[in-house]
Amino acid sequence: MSYPLIFERSRRGRRGLRLVRETPEATRYIPEEFLRKAPPRLPEVDELTLVRHYTGLSRRQVGVDTTFYPLGSCTMKYNPKLHEEAVRLFAHLHPYQDPRTAQGALELMWQLGEYLKALTGMDAITLEPAAGAHGELTGILIIRAYHEDRGEGKKRRLVLVPDSAHGSNPATASMAGYQVREVPSGTDGEVDLEALKRELGPHVAAIMLTNPNTLGLFERRILEISRLSKEAGVQLYYDGANLNAIMGWARPGDMGFDVVHLNLHKTFTVPHGGGGPGSGPVGVKAHLAPYLPVPTVERGEEGFYLNFDLPKSIGRVRSFHGNFLALVRAWAYIRTLGLEGLKKAAALSVLNARYLKELLKEKGYRVPYDGPCMHEFVAQPPQGFRALDLAKGLLELGFHPPTVYFPLIVKEALMIEPTETEAKETLEAFAEAMGELLQRPKEWLEGAPYTTPVRRLDEVRANKHPKLTYFDGD
Amino acid sequence: MDYTPHTEEEIQAMLERVGAGSLEDLYRHLPQEILNPEISLPEPLPEWAVLEELRRLAGKNQPAFKAFLGGGVRSHHTPPVVQALASRGEFLTAYTPYQPEVSQGVLQATFEYQTMVAELAGLEVANASMYDGASALAEGVLLALRETGRMRVLVSQGVHPEYRQVLRSYLEAVGAELFTLPLEGGRTPLGEVPEGTGAVVAQHPNYLGALEDLAPWVERAHGAGALFVVVADPLSLGVLEPPGAYGADIAVGDGQSLGLPMGFGGPHFGYLATRKAFVRQVPGRLVSETVDAEGKRGYILTLQAREQYIRRAKAKSNITTNAQLTALMGAMYLAALGPLGLKEVALRGVAMAHRLWELLLEIPGVEPFTPKPFFNEFALRLPKDPHAVREALAARGFHAATPVPREYGENLALFAATELHQEEDLLALKEAMWEVLA
Repeated sequence: MSYPLIFERSRRGRRGLRLVRETPEATRYIPEEFLRKAPPRLPEVDELTLVRHYTGLSRRQVGVDTTFYPLGSCTMKYNPKLHEEAVRLFAHLHPYQDPRTAQGALELMWQLGEYLKALTGMDAITLEPAAGAHGELTGILIIRAYHEDRGEGKKRRLVLVPDSAHGSNPATASMAGYQVREVPSGTDGEVDLEALKRELGPHVAAIMLTNPNTLGLFERRILEISRLSKEAGVQLYYDGANLNAIMGWARPGDMGFDVVHLNLHKTFTVPHGGGGPGSGPVGVKAHLAPYLPVPTVERGEEGFYLNFDLPKSIGRVRSFHGNFLALVRAWAYIRTLGLEGLKKAAALSVLNARYLKELLKEKGYRVPYDGPCMHEFVAQPPQGFRALDLAKGLLELGFHPPTVYFPLIVKEALMIEPTETEAKETLEAFAEAMGELLQRPKEWLEGAPYTTPVRRLDEVRANKHPKLTYFDGD
Repeated sequence: MDYTPHTEEEIQAMLERVGAGSLEDLYRHLPQEILNPEISLPEPLPEWAVLEELRRLAGKNQPAFKAFLGGGVRSHHTPPVVQALASRGEFLTAYTPYQPEVSQGVLQATFEYQTMVAELAGLEVANASMYDGASALAEGVLLALRETGRMRVLVSQGVHPEYRQVLRSYLEAVGAELFTLPLEGGRTPLGEVPEGTGAVVAQHPNYLGALEDLAPWVERAHGAGALFVVVADPLSLGVLEPPGAYGADIAVGDGQSLGLPMGFGGPHFGYLATRKAFVRQVPGRLVSETVDAEGKRGYILTLQAREQYIRRAKAKSNITTNAQLTALMGAMYLAALGPLGLKEVALRGVAMAHRLWELLLEIPGVEPFTPKPFFNEFALRLPKDPHAVREALAARGFHAATPVPREYGENLALFAATELHQEEDLLALKEAMWEVLA
């Protein structure tokens, strides 16, 4: 049986919340011609129906709280409950209240900025971007402003991205008005240095890299890459999606990166919320600081303040002060772990990944770029198996699957990131399940899953005849 | 405390299995010169001490429970039922629903959200949300430019100044031109739409709270081949004629007014609604109804060829993370209130704002600025610098008088009211204002 929609539970005249005692007459304040002629068809439900509806939906949803979720590149680590308590302390602050009455919030922002600068090796930071890709856009706009300021804006029209990069990198460069050129990976899974050298030149604005890369491998020639990019006047951009593996152990700033974004919802345990909100602070080296978006949070003699006085700023990328409540969670995480805790967490994320990699190899999976992986690795099923079928089979066995078909350079890719908060026995159970799948009949795999709330969904139909609202077609 | 489950024995056993002698060993292939940098961070704290430190910081703030501050964020009641349901771990700790069979909760909730937003906007489709109102505006305008193939944008000065700043950042990047239409008497005067204009943008109610009659503008924009984009507070759409009804092509706005905590400005969510004809140009995620292998109704992410992880540099937008959880809260709020409840909440704010307007204008030296009709917010001209007024009011325990940027005029401040405000709150603010301005 399909699960009812909230609109199907609706009965005219039923009420959930009542927040107002008397309803004022609309026409006393608003002329008739501005008023809605027909009310919006919103659901009409009582509170208990509402609670049962959404509780029922939640039971048709898995999350880190319910299920091992080794989604590569997404860093689905545990989200501490402490943080949910923490944000309640800051819920009732208005972004336009007098800054003297929000000193605690501004101090927290300033402190978090200092911690993130220390962890990335950067000189200045903005906490404004609302997500990783938003941070990327901010970072690339900063780079663009820098080149333009130096009179090289018209010349440097190209952004280089490895073929293993996150899809957001080329999309971001394109949104910032750049052309994108792919750089191939070498046989070892790292950036092909010779290919990179051929592409570098005065027409290039930036290189976007993540390190470790999306194969889970640390780019060991990173110092040479940054030397080459400096010589060519090219800015080196660090995609922080994979920082979890190296936090505390190595810093993008020391590797020669000029800009770095962080995904607070990955590395710093802000819950992903089913797809957001996230937070994507951007750190820069000193030469790029003048171009940061406004406002920045500063410490002055009379306390903390918002600084709008950046004449070379790229402007604003978001309203108000960013996803502040996400910043509170990241702050709490850093203060709970300290440097040693962060380093241990990073190292255990690597240990978990390497351990799981060994277990899976034993079960018959292949690892095409089998270097010393960091917090994630990319595996392939044996010949004849499809990554998609294995993913669906895993659902039947009670696990959330890894990322499939990414990175694009590996056929039938299974990109696996266990994270540090998973126990050894969970990894072993997962490896057992992965092994078991290879023993199942092909027909079983192709038909999986069987007992999930729905079975395989018709994607083609959704694409050809999208039905995007309940009333579509009425 | 680091939230990791490993015992020492387990770590040793696992290290042995992967052929490493220690945790340090896992990093030995990194260049030595960058390994183990000196990093200065505070010492770790036990859980209670982290909370204590957070409480100390929170204690330096003066919370704005019943703020009269406007400007795109307002004090509203966040229903505990919404908080409780949205806090469920399944919603809170899930990721983008790439595996629909175990993500029907988020997918169906998003489908319902899309429906509610489309209903409010009077348009056919809505996406799964954007970061905030400002990014929704920027993406909405980029959509219009893709659709029309033009690179010129007219934006009313009545659009929130921060939204316009974000719009400028996005448009400059792609080389589009942005022209501002100055307000006259607090409203956008009807003007010409020059050739080559791809989008005309206005806000209703506008930044100063005034209602805008946009139908003639929409007609003129369409006559010139441009699309019309409206920024609208979703709460106002419980009462006001929706953008789709007066011909707008794209509606965007910020969802904070749907019972979300102010949170010092975020996270909230941005909504984006448009016509079905433009659906292949829509940025971000879309959820569609479909059927499963047994013919059972289910939900799935659709039209993913628009998205960055398929199309890379040719994607419609780089947005990946949106604001799913806060959008879910907005949908829950709408479902809890229903059409009548939403209208009541909106109108209560309108009535209180008008009462506040009357009361504050009794203070000598205070002059009206926003023309009537206005919604739940208005600007006044004060006899003193609004920053000083805001500060003096805060010293008396009131959060009011959002300073309006100089581009709109001297000594202007915004005041807002919501369902939270009672007559006695208004009278108390008036008294405090009287003292401050005396």
